[in-house]
Amino acid sequence: MEVARVVNVTRYFKTGDVETQALRGVSLSIQSGEFLSLVGPSGSGKTTLLQLLGCLDRPTSGQVFINGKDVTKLNRNQRADMRRGTIGFIFQFFALIPTLTAFENVELPLLLSNHNAAERRARVQALLESVQLGERAHHRPDQMSGGEQQRVAIARALATQPALVLADEPTANLDTANGHQVMEIMSRLNQDTGVTFVFATHDPRVFNFARRIVTLRDGLIVEDRLVENPAPEPVETSA
Amino acid sequence: MIQLFRNALRDLGRNRRRTFFSALALALGLALLLLMAAFISGEMDSALDTAIRLQSGHLQVRAKTYDQSKTSLKWEDLIENPDLIANQIASLAPVKVASPRLYATGFVSTRNYMSGVRIIGIDPLSEANAPYREGLLSGEFLAPDDRSGILIGRPLANKIGLSAGDQIQLSANTSDGDVTEQTFTIRGIYSTQTSAFDGAVVFLPLAKAQSMTGTENHASTIFILLYDKGQTGAVQEALQSSIYKVLTWAEMNELIIQTEDLSKGYMTLFYLIVLGITATVIVNTLVMSVFERTREIGILAAIGMKGRRIMAMFLAESTLLAIGGILLGLALGYLASSYFAHYGFYIGDIYGSSGTDFLINDTIYTKLTASDATSLTVLAFIVTLAAGLFPAILAARMEPVDALRAEK
Repeated sequence: MEVARVVNVTRYFKTGDVETQALRGVSLSIQSGEFLSLVGPSGSGKTTLLQLLGCLDRPTSGQVFINGKDVTKLNRNQRADMRRGTIGFIFQFFALIPTLTAFENVELPLLLSNHNAAERRARVQALLESVQLGERAHHRPDQMSGGEQQRVAIARALATQPALVLADEPTANLDTANGHQVMEIMSRLNQDTGVTFVFATHDPRVFNFARRIVTLRDGLIVEDRLVENPAPEPVETSA
Repeated sequence: MIQLFRNALRDLGRNRRRTFFSALALALGLALLLLMAAFISGEMDSALDTAIRLQSGHLQVRAKTYDQSKTSLKWEDLIENPDLIANQIASLAPVKVASPRLYATGFVSTRNYMSGVRIIGIDPLSEANAPYREGLLSGEFLAPDDRSGILIGRPLANKIGLSAGDQIQLSANTSDGDVTEQTFTIRGIYSTQTSAFDGAVVFLPLAKAQSMTGTENHASTIFILLYDKGQTGAVQEALQSSIYKVLTWAEMNELIIQTEDLSKGYMTLFYLIVLGITATVIVNTLVMSVFERTREIGILAAIGMKGRRIMAMFLAESTLLAIGGILLGLALGYLASSYFAHYGFYIGDIYGSSGTDFLINDTIYTKLTASDATSLTVLAFIVTLAAGLFPAILAARMEPVDALRAEK
């Protein structure tokens, strides 16, 4: 089943008189359950494509479909609804709210979706345990390591059981061991829950986890290949 | 909703010093306004109370032709047999006291000094004159049959350098248009704590004032005090007659009432200016907070928070800031106005040269009314919430993709 599709999408940015062509006509179909890596050098258009898939931005031309719905036609509030119900985000920086505990950060999307308190408590606890942070539920971000914060962000991205999780350079600010652990957790959750992951990276140690690698260069897809047996480099992870 | 305010409280706690100083700005603004309102209220109440007590009474009965500004002493402008009429009026249940008074103009002089005065002939035994009797600083009060005694106020005594027992020349206009002069002994020196009045008014016993001005058995007015000011209208109705006019305290103190209305208008403007400045501080705090948290706003938008909710988040912060600042301001304002309600605020003889139309006590005692406290609290709350709107809208309108790009 197709979760997302972009059709001949372009995205141009204008700064003063200078126009930057971030995407120059990209088409891509993403199926449910995929573990897909967008790779390419800086400025190749990875982040822009993720932002379009995440309904954070609109294309200059072309169409973006999420669960069969053309999201380029949605207004601001409808796009917020789409993000809340269907899409989870993991950012390069540890995008947690600093005044909230790990539990409250994960609970936030559920609060926005009006889940009741008992549902929220059970779901958040299960998610924190799935990212091995059950014991750290009541710690604030400043009391956790970068790796732990990113794991909380993964739990939060999965809170509303989205169809699609988008991760932009999720390991860029982590050391090798923590980066590896984050990728392992994402890979395991992808296999266990069937949720689709699309992550942007230019780090081979990360995209080696992917089962599909889409390579972008200068705003165009230059390669799209499936990986039969992903072979991440073994790393001794710290718990 | 509880979650919203709990999170808002935590967000305000991120920069406690800034939050504290913003709330303090609001608190000081509100406290200042409460003190100002209490000061004005105390001043106006005191002015009216003083004017009623010392000058107008609650009601006055005068001859229809009497013109106060001319202080006429012609018999046709005066009340004949004033004692009889005063006794009849005093027999009415709501009337506390009714006493005849004779007003004349003149001047006091010594070898080196001369000053225009207002002469009031009073019945020294009447309770209507208690403020002067109680304000006696030296010497003794007048007696009804005193033929050579005069009571003068402290500012006048200080100016001419005389004290009780000394002699003074008093010239007065008479009913036939002449001026008569006599030597009086200063029987006593009084103070009503109202310099404008005390410096301009001298008292004689009514009989002496009448004989000096040639107005025997006549008075300018019957001065009436009631037990309850609220009965003024009813007593005025009861006293209506074809030969006399009955004036109420409101008619006789129009200037004070107009001034009070005018000062209320000015104060509203002053309130808005002070609260406007305070609002600028609040706007500044919240705008800084929005810019510092731009990336967080982006994250919240990314996980599906709508602009409306982001706006509510910042409005909750300004609401908490308003509540904190207002509570502190109420406490500070209450303490300050209680202090000045007890110890007073000495302003001195600021109206000394403006005559006796507007009497202000030398010391103002603040009076914080529930109505002023409520209206200022509501106004401060509305202004603070309105100030919070701009930063809240700023946050709500941020594009998620731009907000996420912001530097932390």
